[in-house]
This record gives sequence, C-alpha cells and structure tokens, in this order.
Amino acid sequence: MASARSLRIWAFVHTWTSIISMVFMLMLCVMGLPLIFHHEIGELFEEHVVAPKLSEDIKPKSTDEVIATAKRLRPADHVLLVNWREDSPAVVVVAMSETPIPVPGMLHRIQIGARTLSVLGEEPAHFGVMDVILKIHKDMYLGLPGELFLGFMGLLLVAAIISGIVVYAPFMRRLDFGTIRRRQSPRVTWLDLHNLTGAATIVWLLVVGFTGSMNTLAIPLYDLWRGQLLPVLLQPYRGMPVATPSAIDEAIARVRGKLPDTTVTSVTMPTSARFGSPQHLVVWTKGTSPLTARLLTPVLVAMDGSLNVIVPEMPWYLRALQTSRPLHFGDYGGLPLKILWALLDVIAIIVLVSGIYLWFAKRKFGVGLSREASRHRDERAAEARAG
Amino acid sequence: MKAHPKPLKSTREIFRMPLLIGIVSTIGLVSALLGDGIWDALSWAALGFPVAAALYCPTRRS
Repeated sequence: MASARSLRIWAFVHTWTSIISMVFMLMLCVMGLPLIFHHEIGELFEEHVVAPKLSEDIKPKSTDEVIATAKRLRPADHVLLVNWREDSPAVVVVAMSETPIPVPGMLHRIQIGARTLSVLGEEPAHFGVMDVILKIHKDMYLGLPGELFLGFMGLLLVAAIISGIVVYAPFMRRLDFGTIRRRQSPRVTWLDLHNLTGAATIVWLLVVGFTGSMNTLAIPLYDLWRGQLLPVLLQPYRGMPVATPSAIDEAIARVRGKLPDTTVTSVTMPTSARFGSPQHLVVWTKGTSPLTARLLTPVLVAMDGSLNVIVPEMPWYLRALQTSRPLHFGDYGGLPLKILWALLDVIAIIVLVSGIYLWFAKRKFGVGLSREASRHRDERAAEARAG
Repeated sequence: MKAHPKPLKSTREIFRMPLLIGIVSTIGLVSALLGDGIWDALSWAALGFPVAAALYCPTRRS
C-alpha cells in the first residue's frame, strides 16, 4: 500500500486537479442536467409538425418529387439538404437557401409530408434556451479553444478521480462503506458524504468525463480527416459546374445496396460549398445498432448519370470517437437510462460541492489527509509489532 | 467518540464495495450499447446500483 509520502503526493494531486477543474466541472454538470433531456424538452416546447395519419398502403413519394415540391414553393432557392427525421419518418425536411453557399441562420427548412407531398410548414430557426445551454456546455462561446480547454478540464477530472481512489483508503480504515458520521463536526459529515458519493460514481464519472474530453477532439480530428481525404477525393471535381441532381432515390438505393446495415439520415445536394461536392450527392448513413447509430458515414454518389458510389474509408480514430459519444450523452437506453444519467449527474454535483466545501471550510484537506496517512503508518507499524 | 475503535480494515476490505459498484456500473454502461430490450433493462438495473448506494447509505443511522 502507498507510503505516507506517496499518499501526500496523491493528496496533493487530488486537491489541485480538483480545485483547478472544479468550477468548470460544476458548470458542466449543471448545464449537462437539462441537456440529458434535450430531446424531451424540445418535444415539449417546440411546435411539432405531425404528418397526417394515413393508411400504410400509401407509399412514400420519391425524393425527386419531394424536392420538386419544395422547389415550387421557393423557385429561386438552392436545395442544399434533404433530411429524414428518425422520430417522424413521414416528414421529409428540405433545407433551402437563397444563396448557393448558405448564410448561417438563413436556411429555410421546409417540412413536406413524405406520402402526401403536402407542405407542412417551415421549421423555425433554433435559437432556444437549450441551444444556449448546449453552447456554454460545449465551448462557453469560445469556439474551438474553449472546447479544447474544457476537454483538458475533463482530463484533470480523470486525474482527480484516480488520485481520489488512492486517498480514499486511509479515511476508510475504520469505517464501513457508506458510513455518514453525523455527530461530529459538519466537516466530518461532508467528508463522509464526499467519500460515499465519490466512491459510488467512480466509473460513471470516469466514463462521462473521459468521453466528454474525447468529444472535444471530435471537431479538430474530423476537420483533419476531411481536410486530408475529401479534398483529394473531390479535387478533380472542384470548380466544376454544380450538377443537377436526379434519380436521388436510385442513388440512395445504390448506397443501401453497398452498405446494407445502415439508415440514410440525410443527403447533401451537389453544391459549390465546401461541405459537399459539385458533382456528387453526399449520402449520410448511420448504423442500425445502438453502438453504430452515431457512426455517420458519408458516401459519395456521382451525379454525372453513372451513379458510381464511393465509400470513403473513415479512420479508426473517428470511429472510436463517434462510438464514445453515446457514453457521454447517455441517450442509448431509453428514458430510464436518461433518468439514471440525471441522478448520477446530481450525485456528481454532490461530490463536487462537498469537495469545494471541504477545501474552503478549513483549507485543511491536505493537512488532514497527510495526518491520516501518518496515523495509518503508525498503526500499521504498531500492528506489525503486535503481530 | 468510541471507547474501542473498530479494527483496521485491509485495503481489500476497503475497496470491496467500491469495486463491486464499479463492475456493476461498467456492466450497466456497456449493456445498453450492445442491444435494445433486455440489454436496456439490464443497464437500468445495473446503473440503479450506484444511485441506490449513494441515496440509501446517508439514510442509515450511524
């Protein structure tokens, strides 16, 4: 077991990694709480377009017809994306822009009934409270530097948890697991609470903290991949005239044939903008199992009449990154899992608040810990002599 | 203050419960990833364990 000297070092690591990351962790936990129920809150407050109930016999219209319908509504606009929503497959969303390269916030999302071709309305631009919370939680409105900073705070949290496991032992030499001593000073009660809640959430907090840090690398690594691969793939086509999309359903069918276990989530139309190709349809697919449901893979389909399919090889680090995402969000096991996620988040907040209390109340944590360590050493020595 | 302090616990004894919670939590985190239905249910039961431990222990009389 750790010597008194190494325990002091661990205690130092635990104290300082905690203190540096504490304020940000508290913010992340508090902001993260409503974000767990992002989807449910959205459903509650958003005006949801409901597709008319129709008998199952009526087959969905072709995507080309859906696009033609959107075109009739805004004839001068450019069709950029077609999106199928998982929770309402009867509604197709067509994103249109007045300019060939979209201006942020100026996208018109037209919702069209997949089987009736009726225009159901325009999706409002998202500028709700939840988006503000998400932005703060993600990067504190500081963009990539803010995101990477929070990622680093997540790594400090991992260090704080691991050092916390080491310094847990000397406190528990004479206590049963979960003992809360109420009759002594409030500091002792808070210490016991900190030890209990900390011990209960070790694995959950490690996983959520580490996958959160990994998520902060998602954007730079994805950009790196796109920066290395897509330009090479699309180089011959850059600057070419934007093809007129046709036979989109056939293109999607080709993609499905090539990648059988996937769902098509959206399609990027041929575009001169950097997020697509002027000569290809980009078909975004994802896996069908909980593990692969967040693995978005872009597939290119040539729009020169050949419908040739190119599946770019996604590197392992992006796959690992995408797989780690559900483990951060807790959205892969229905509402009960989200509720458990929220409860564990609240327990983590107790760990943080009790930790802050322990440091502020007496500023004696390090001292108390090393005293505990030397007492432990003395007792062990005494026991060794006795035995 | 107790007149007779409890005997010292070994490191193994100290970490028995946190280790159990950790293993059960891991099962809970992974199982919902593997599938739906029964896997989700297993996940809920398993992740309920750390929550129950943290909520139940403070209600015990010390």
